[in-house]
Amino acid sequence: MANPMARSFLQVAASEEVAAPPLRVVQIEGLVILKIIKHCKEFSPALVTGQLLGLDVGSVLEVTNCFPFPMREEDEEIEADGANYQLEMMRCLREVNVDNNTVGWYQSTLLGSFQTVELIETFMNYQENIRRCVCIIYDPSRSNQGVLALKALKLSDSFMDLHRNNNFTGEKLREKNLTWVDIFEEIPIKVSNSALISAFMTELEADSPVSQCDYDRLQLSTTPFMERNLEFLTECMDDLSVEQQKFQFYYRNLSRQQAQQQTWLQKRRSENMSRKAAGEELLPEEDPSNPIFKPIPEPSRLDSFLITNQIANYCNQINGVAGQSFSRLYLMKALHENDKSP
Amino acid sequence: MAARDQTVLQFAPSSMSLSAKVHPVVIFNICDCYVRRPDQADRVIGTLLGSISPDGTVNIRNSYAVPHNESSDQVALDIDYHHNMLLSHQKVNPKEVIVGWYSTGFGVSGGSALIHEFYSREAPNPVHLTVDTGFRNGEASIKAFVSINLSLGDRQLAVQFQEVPLDLRMVETEQVGFDILKTTMVDKMPSDLEGMEASMERLLTLINEVYNYVDNVVDGRVTPDNNIGRFVSDTVASIPKMSPAAFDTLVNDSLQDHLLLLYLSSLTRTQLGLAEKLNTAAQIL
Repeated sequence: MANPMARSFLQVAASEEVAAPPLRVVQIEGLVILKIIKHCKEFSPALVTGQLLGLDVGSVLEVTNCFPFPMREEDEEIEADGANYQLEMMRCLREVNVDNNTVGWYQSTLLGSFQTVELIETFMNYQENIRRCVCIIYDPSRSNQGVLALKALKLSDSFMDLHRNNNFTGEKLREKNLTWVDIFEEIPIKVSNSALISAFMTELEADSPVSQCDYDRLQLSTTPFMERNLEFLTECMDDLSVEQQKFQFYYRNLSRQQAQQQTWLQKRRSENMSRKAAGEELLPEEDPSNPIFKPIPEPSRLDSFLITNQIANYCNQINGVAGQSFSRLYLMKALHENDKSP
Repeated sequence: MAARDQTVLQFAPSSMSLSAKVHPVVIFNICDCYVRRPDQADRVIGTLLGSISPDGTVNIRNSYAVPHNESSDQVALDIDYHHNMLLSHQKVNPKEVIVGWYSTGFGVSGGSALIHEFYSREAPNPVHLTVDTGFRNGEASIKAFVSINLSLGDRQLAVQFQEVPLDLRMVETEQVGFDILKTTMVDKMPSDLEGMEASMERLLTLINEVYNYVDNVVDGRVTPDNNIGRFVSDTVASIPKMSPAAFDTLVNDSLQDHLLLLYLSSLTRTQLGLAEKLNTAAQIL
């Protein structure tokens, strides 16, 4: 008698895969953070990338190790080299018991200008092979201000569906209620360290109560950073206005085309009326060969969304730095007053 | 004549003052490899990569573990693996060369001499780093050694491992924030303002300490130390002397600049919101 509790193999195989719980947290090891910082800083201001290795456990994505990618020349032959390098590294790391599982990639950025079409393409490429992948963005220029500028991103599901169908018309976007905010999802990061390294760090901690990052944070000069931020911001605004002009052009063309269609239709109808009066054949009311009936392609809104994302990023950064500067300025003021008072 | 006939145990003098500097990535890497070592291995051995600066300081920047087999009298290192990893690492960073090797465990053991000999064929004057993961003396001891040849007249007798000063200052770790890397689990990365708050609190603590110290000295509770006194007066004097009016203008100008930037950014965001509504809400007739 078959045990009613035990399911046959066929049943298990036939049952649907339980949907994976949504990714809630990315857990990074301290080692990975240090490696990413080292790699990005060494090559800054050039932009570099690398691969993340780890485990996918429930709603937590653990990143336990990483390795950098060599700088890629613009050469076709190097493609195969790149793949070889990756395989070689993964094989070697597996021999020392490192998790051999790719969970994403990391890249460095300059002041947060990372939302590009290439990023989305890379995401889609990774998504085909790995169920859940994440991209970690590190900003070395912001980290000079004492902030650890590390972000974990992934594409939202609704956006991925749209992109797969390559369908970015206004209709579809309204249907799915997708705005530029919904393209990227930021996932909170948790940091974990093994007990051994935590013991080492506690021992090796310098004795001074104030550390280098405090010096960086309390620096008064933020002008170069703000200047560059504003420069990028204005460039992006220019790009955005170009995109908007494209849309205006499209709508103008569309309405002109519709007006032309109407006049043509009127003419046809009046002609038909006269023909009916004369007893001749009626001409069809549609003429697909006429160029005014050719549908004009609607420009994709993806670019304008990405630019909007970048602009929002720059604005956020400006807000953050300005807020910090206020605190510093008031601190200076208080210090100066204390100095002056008897 | 007699003096020359005497055989003297000679130490080859170290030609330059060698010291080593270790970056925190290396320590993290070593600990991680140790935690992941195969069950039968007692310790982990690996290669150190880095650069040698012109004044003789060895800058240890990166490392990778090399699988090895160790028995009571023999050590076997996977040399192919070592070369493959070296090539891969050099593709990313061609400036990093082999500067030595590391092993976990306290002190230097017998097999180490053989491994050191192997590495001295790879790099001139390799540095041997030992990382005591067992915390044998109740403290973390990370030591660096170089090998000195002991020769008796013309014959080479043995190799002595001599300790070199090791600089363990962890500047990058401080930048990341020790709090993040010290505990076993950090639930949330600190935001900008929280970090700012922490820094300011630390500054306040420092100022309070100095204040208390000066008070104690004035009241006679603590013997004054001239050096500290000079430090304090230098620090206070380093605040630039400006008339209050000039200082106020400076601060207010800065404040206004920042307010302007904030205004610009909120204006931009409003513009974005409007543009987005217009773009997607437009209906095609």
